Amino acid sequence: MAFSINSPVLYVITICVLVLVLTQAVTTLRRSLRRADELGIDKAKVKKVLRTAAVFTIAPAVAIVVGVITLSKDLGIPLPWLRLSVLGSLSYETVAAANAESAMGLRLGGGAALTASQYVTIVFVMSVSIMSGIILLVFIGKRLHKGMVKREMKDKKWAEIFSNALFIGMITAFVGFVFSDVLLVREGNTSGLIPVFVFFISMVIMIVCGAIKKKTNWGWINDYALPISLIGGMACAIPLTAWLG
Amino acid sequence: MKKERSYMDSVHFNGRVWCAIMAVILIGIPFLECAIFRTTPDMRALLLGLIATAPMYWIVGVIEVFTYFPMLGPGGAYLSFITGNISNLKLPCALNAMEQAGVKANSEEGEVISTMAIAVSSIVTTVIIILGVILIVPLTPVLESPVLAPAFAQLVPALFGGLAIVFIAKNVKITIFPLILMILLFIFVPALNSGTVGIMVPVCVIITLIEARIMYKKGILG
Repeated sequence: MAFSINSPVLYVITICVLVLVLTQAVTTLRRSLRRADELGIDKAKVKKVLRTAAVFTIAPAVAIVVGVITLSKDLGIPLPWLRLSVLGSLSYETVAAANAESAMGLRLGGGAALTASQYVTIVFVMSVSIMSGIILLVFIGKRLHKGMVKREMKDKKWAEIFSNALFIGMITAFVGFVFSDVLLVREGNTSGLIPVFVFFISMVIMIVCGAIKKKTNWGWINDYALPISLIGGMACAIPLTAWLG
Repeated sequence: MKKERSYMDSVHFNGRVWCAIMAVILIGIPFLECAIFRTTPDMRALLLGLIATAPMYWIVGVIEVFTYFPMLGPGGAYLSFITGNISNLKLPCALNAMEQAGVKANSEEGEVISTMAIAVSSIVTTVIIILGVILIVPLTPVLESPVLAPAFAQLVPALFGGLAIVFIAKNVKITIFPLILMILLFIFVPALNSGTVGIMVPVCVIITLIEARIMYKKGILG
């Protein structure tokens, strides 16, 4: 078959995998709903969780579409579509594709038309590189969970602090990242301040949402506080970039 | 008690089967494409590309399992690792859901709520990307316009601003040290940037755990 980075057969492969992923997500959702019912979790609470999760997902998912568009210029649509829907993330896939391309003397973003051989080389590098997590889960997922349960039984208080410390560790690493370019100011480049401002604006929006909830008792504002602060922060990035970028 | 065991058993069984199936399929795809297009990979480039990429990604992948699995809970973890985008989407979504529902992450309710949120988020993400691909021609100029592009470039700060304040406010004592440390490290170590933040997550998690353990033993976290 004649090769093209947007060959129909590549679309078919991607769609087949996506059908499988959707099947797994739907069966997981159904099983968790059944379990919630058994545990006697309030139906209204469950509905709220589903609605909030769906609304929250929209903006980050659109950002993933932007990633697909960015990579599609070099790699066609089906490959980035697959890689960013399954296992990958933009930063991982960009680096993997760039490493594979540079090994062939190409440059990601260079816009060179790929041959079939170059294309499959890139797919191999991307696929093999990203595989360790799910393979490891097959072997140790259950054991890892047993360890967690054991710790839980031993000391409930510590188990709770442990899980909070995990979240705080992750969140503070990303907060640090927000500040990574501030020193560019020394060279007269103020663009490094944009993420810092966006971060604080989003924080303030979150605090304001909490305050409004307290004053007015509007439950919905609390439910959607995170998506509101996310989109509010992103929206403020537009004038901030025009000003500082 | 028996019921509980059977739910967890089915979570692990299904999760592991799905991960195994996906691993085989994703590795199989490039082989299939070789057969369809009657081609072979450029072996030298494949080797060089893998040497440059795989060792670091494998290590990161292994560390991610140990870091994110306890945060996501088993049900959410198996699905999150398959659908990807954990730190920028699935985990914040699960954290927000548990926070909203007022359940603890280490409780059974927490596990179920987190799983639900991640499943819905995975479905919505997949559907939005499908719509994005269908509408890619009219969408590209809009999403890449100089007006909107900066908004998407700042997704992570906008996401973690809202998320951070909620969790920091509840855990002030254990937050102060890692927060200051990370900000200083990211400001003054040039190697720390968007490409390396993924590696810093487990590092910071371990630092925070050690700090929390010491504070707990000293009775500071009453």
